[in-house]
Amino acid sequence: MTLAAAHPGFLSPTGVEIVFVLVGIATLAAAVVTVTTSKLVHAALWLVAALGGIAVEYLLLTAEFIAWVQVLIYVGSVVVLLLFGLMLTKAPIVPTVPRGHPSYGALRAEAREAADSGNRWPALAVALAAAATLVTVVVDAFRSSWIDVDRSVQGSAGVTGEVLFQHWVLPFEALSVLLLAALVGAIILSRKGGADAGEPAQGTEPGQGAGQGEQPGPTAGREEQG
Amino acid sequence: MHLAYPAVLAVLLFCVGIYGVLARRNAILVLISVELMLNAVNLNLVAFDVWLRDTLHTGQALTLFIIAVAAAEIGIGLAIVLLVHRNRGTADIDRLRDLREPEGPDDEPEAPAEQGHSAGRQTA
Repeated sequence: MTLAAAHPGFLSPTGVEIVFVLVGIATLAAAVVTVTTSKLVHAALWLVAALGGIAVEYLLLTAEFIAWVQVLIYVGSVVVLLLFGLMLTKAPIVPTVPRGHPSYGALRAEAREAADSGNRWPALAVALAAAATLVTVVVDAFRSSWIDVDRSVQGSAGVTGEVLFQHWVLPFEALSVLLLAALVGAIILSRKGGADAGEPAQGTEPGQGAGQGEQPGPTAGREEQG
Repeated sequence: MHLAYPAVLAVLLFCVGIYGVLARRNAILVLISVELMLNAVNLNLVAFDVWLRDTLHTGQALTLFIIAVAAAEIGIGLAIVLLVHRNRGTADIDRLRDLREPEGPDDEPEAPAEQGHSAGRQTA
């Protein structure tokens, strides 16, 4: 950042700012497509673009370790979990027809009806009102605040690890216990054991005992990534 | 870098997430929107941490914790959605309305006819 004056202006953006704004626009567009597309798998894939854009923003903010954690956890495992969830719940996948096909409009409307609920316009009004209010407040509050991204790296792996294991050890360990509990809970919730949960599912033997079937079921191993 | 850029981007991402949570019908799409909102908060935390030059790096530590909690949340949430789909045959949030308030004095809270199969099953 060129510190000719104490207050760098809006009219002389630095390279980092330009890249940040461009990546931000791409991220925002990907997020909008994520919440508006009527194809469910496309929504998960556009989420990858949005999360990757946020990882690039972390890199631009010199938080390198968080950027790579973001790529590993979100893009790597959360999106895979979401795709598995979409496939396991038999999400309504509308057959794609070319644009000139006579049933194109009907199929599109059906897909939109399956993905979006009826309160789309109130939701849009709420989101726009919240965006207008928050953008006004945030821009007014931080009009004269600048981040110095040139002086030193704030979030390299060394800095983050030092801080995390010197000052935040107890929350870190508590978080590992929480992750273990979530893992066990996800396995228990999603396995096809028991007399009542296995009945509407397909291909489960009824004589498996009262809720204590021993094999964890085919869906249990998938949850371990979470 | 001006602080307003990451702050405004986080606000806009959060509002996109709000729209998704309110407007989507499929439960997994709602979870995707929740992920967007969590990421907006993370971006805010990292930006303010870098701005304040905190020696404890509270923002980045909290961001890492939020990422871990979000991973746990998505695991549990998807397991619940799978269970609901297995029991009800649908993952649409609009149709899971057993716990709603009755609208009138003679309106029964359960409406088994519109639930398709496995009506009245409450073991979720």
